[in-house]
Amino acid sequence: MDLSYTDEQTRYLTEVKYFLAREWNSTAMKGDENAITAFRRRATEQGYLYRGVPRRYGGSEQPSDVIRAQIIRECFIDAGAPMEVPGNGNALLVPTLLEWGTEAQKDEFIAKTLTGDYLWAQGYSEPGSGSDLASLSSRAVLEGDQWIINGHKIWTTLAQTATHMFALLRSEPDAPKHQGISYILLDMNQPGITVRPIRQINGDNSFCEVFLDDVRASADRLVGPRGKGWTVSRSTLKHERNHIGSSTRTQPIFRSLVRLAQRTELNGRPAIEDKCVRSELVKIEGYLQAQLWAGYYQQTLSAQDESAGVLGLVNKLTTTNLFHRIAAISGEIIGDDALKMPRQGIELGGNERWVNQMLGSLGQAIAGGTSNIQRNIIAERGLGLPRGGVS
Amino acid sequence: MRFDLTDEQKALRETLDAFFAERFSGAEGVAAVANTTLDKALREDITALGMGGIMVPADQGGVEMGLLTLCLVSEVLGRYAVPSPIIANALAAWLIAEAGSTAQRGRWMAPLIEGQTIAALALAEDAGWMADDWSTGKNAKGVKRNVERADAAGIFIIGLAGGALGIVEADADGLVIEPIDTLDRTRPLFDVQMKDVAIEPISEDGAVGRRLVDAMLILHAADALGAAHAAQDRAVAYAKERKQFGQLIGSFQALKHQLADISVEIEPARSLCWYAAHAWDTERDDSHRIAALTKAHISEIAVNCARVALEAHGGIGYTWEHPIHLFLKRAMHDRTVFGTPNLHRERAAALAGW
Repeated sequence: MDLSYTDEQTRYLTEVKYFLAREWNSTAMKGDENAITAFRRRATEQGYLYRGVPRRYGGSEQPSDVIRAQIIRECFIDAGAPMEVPGNGNALLVPTLLEWGTEAQKDEFIAKTLTGDYLWAQGYSEPGSGSDLASLSSRAVLEGDQWIINGHKIWTTLAQTATHMFALLRSEPDAPKHQGISYILLDMNQPGITVRPIRQINGDNSFCEVFLDDVRASADRLVGPRGKGWTVSRSTLKHERNHIGSSTRTQPIFRSLVRLAQRTELNGRPAIEDKCVRSELVKIEGYLQAQLWAGYYQQTLSAQDESAGVLGLVNKLTTTNLFHRIAAISGEIIGDDALKMPRQGIELGGNERWVNQMLGSLGQAIAGGTSNIQRNIIAERGLGLPRGGVS
Repeated sequence: MRFDLTDEQKALRETLDAFFAERFSGAEGVAAVANTTLDKALREDITALGMGGIMVPADQGGVEMGLLTLCLVSEVLGRYAVPSPIIANALAAWLIAEAGSTAQRGRWMAPLIEGQTIAALALAEDAGWMADDWSTGKNAKGVKRNVERADAAGIFIIGLAGGALGIVEADADGLVIEPIDTLDRTRPLFDVQMKDVAIEPISEDGAVGRRLVDAMLILHAADALGAAHAAQDRAVAYAKERKQFGQLIGSFQALKHQLADISVEIEPARSLCWYAAHAWDTERDDSHRIAALTKAHISEIAVNCARVALEAHGGIGYTWEHPIHLFLKRAMHDRTVFGTPNLHRERAAALAGW
């Protein structure tokens, strides 16, 4: 156990901080897209962003170093500076192309995804295929050198602004369900694509359904082998998996919750002096501290190329449960403000923004594999209990 | 930056795990604890492991591996519901090494490390478990509550007013021990009554007393974690062999989800426990608060997990002969000794300035 940095790591930390002090100014640059793009370019030149992506595709191609990656993340978060362009493109498509893509696909798509010029929708879920994703039925038929695509995708985040979609489509209807799927890239700006935003319970429209009617993709937009799309879609960024079990999303919300309890009155006194509120805050902090240190442990294991075992399977539920607990106690603190409809974005409005936290915590429980699917995974892969009907 | 055990710590944990797995792997455990007196052969075996010196500096005959290492030992003891005085001896030896006089070290260090003398920590009073609750004076009258293994002890470490600490030999005049019919049969408790007992001071520094209590908070959290993990292991094993409605009960999602939720609770908690022990070892600023937070968090989730694991066994889990209740009771004991979760949550809130 050693929580200190080596001299070399301390020098690196100083270098990153110096870079941020010189290049990033939150007040002047936040919201200025051109300034942010230029900042990201300089940060990439320094080796701080896109570390796992080769230089020839616009990345910074750094040797894998989990501690350096952690230093960068902590410094950038402290400074409020932007990191990689968020979204499915960099999180999912780029790692997939790096592992499976042809040279032409890498050249065409990676650099523009890193800069945010290309924005990607994930065409996975369908109305009849949610948790049982491999049962999907949207079809891709190869005619000459063109895929002809028909079907219906849903829960597609930010499809209304996406330039492209990476889709899982059934190309071999007679094969077993996992073996008949192909991973194909589509242009969103073409006839036959209809995007209909879906209004969510919090009033937001961040996801959509996408109708595909005789949509076309050239044959060379197939990523990986035909019929192997299920395997292809499992690619994740193996380089510096430093977000594993990270508490970077839960910690800031907990800090806001404590501030809320300090400044809100409950029965004529600050809510933080209320016995139930205090007790629940510390209860939540117990889970949060466990998540924090389990995150550092998993980073260390990852740096040593060791498996975290069952611990590695519980991270999503840990975050979901924390969001839920935070939302529940915030409802006690804000009292009648919880009767109001939240405005969009947690930073907007008065205390009713915490209602958005309550509703959003449900989204966390559902998106990316529901909590019950997570429990199946822990039980079957982690504890070795018999597999059920779900595969 | 490396948040992991050393190879030496991992090896020690494996050795202990194998040692206790061999002796306490099933019904033998129930038999061993049916009698609350400490089994002599077991005591000698454990003594041979040399755990008493884990936290003692090398120049005083110990191995200087810190509370984090003792925490690993504690988790293994909880995992096998071991009736053993290892923890009290290791802490008494640490205390005398840290704060005792040369004469006290000369007299007690070797017998505590080697296990010829068993120590018991007599700290709690009617007012409570924390160092600030103690009011015993040096010529003591009064009662120390819930002292583990007082019947086997050769010496008592006594908590004194202001967090000071002293030592009394078990055969001192005026010392009477009264057994308590204890829920956790693996760790029987006693009240220790003192009538004008002369106590030899070890430390006047209240900070040492508070550190001793913090160590106990973290060690009981580790013990609870071990018990909860053992309960889960047993429930998972049972779910893989028990059939109802023509199939293994482990194939039913309701049960799978309950057993998976135990992992969600206890897997990250282990890292918290390690951090709390490391913070104590390195005297980090947050170590006092994190000890309270850790005890509250882990002892509570451990009881909840052990309950679920026992319930998964159905009727057989509710019998005295099946060992699963040992782990529930072990966790329940850990939840209550040295203060319940809410007591420590309130302390943690106050220490944060909330």
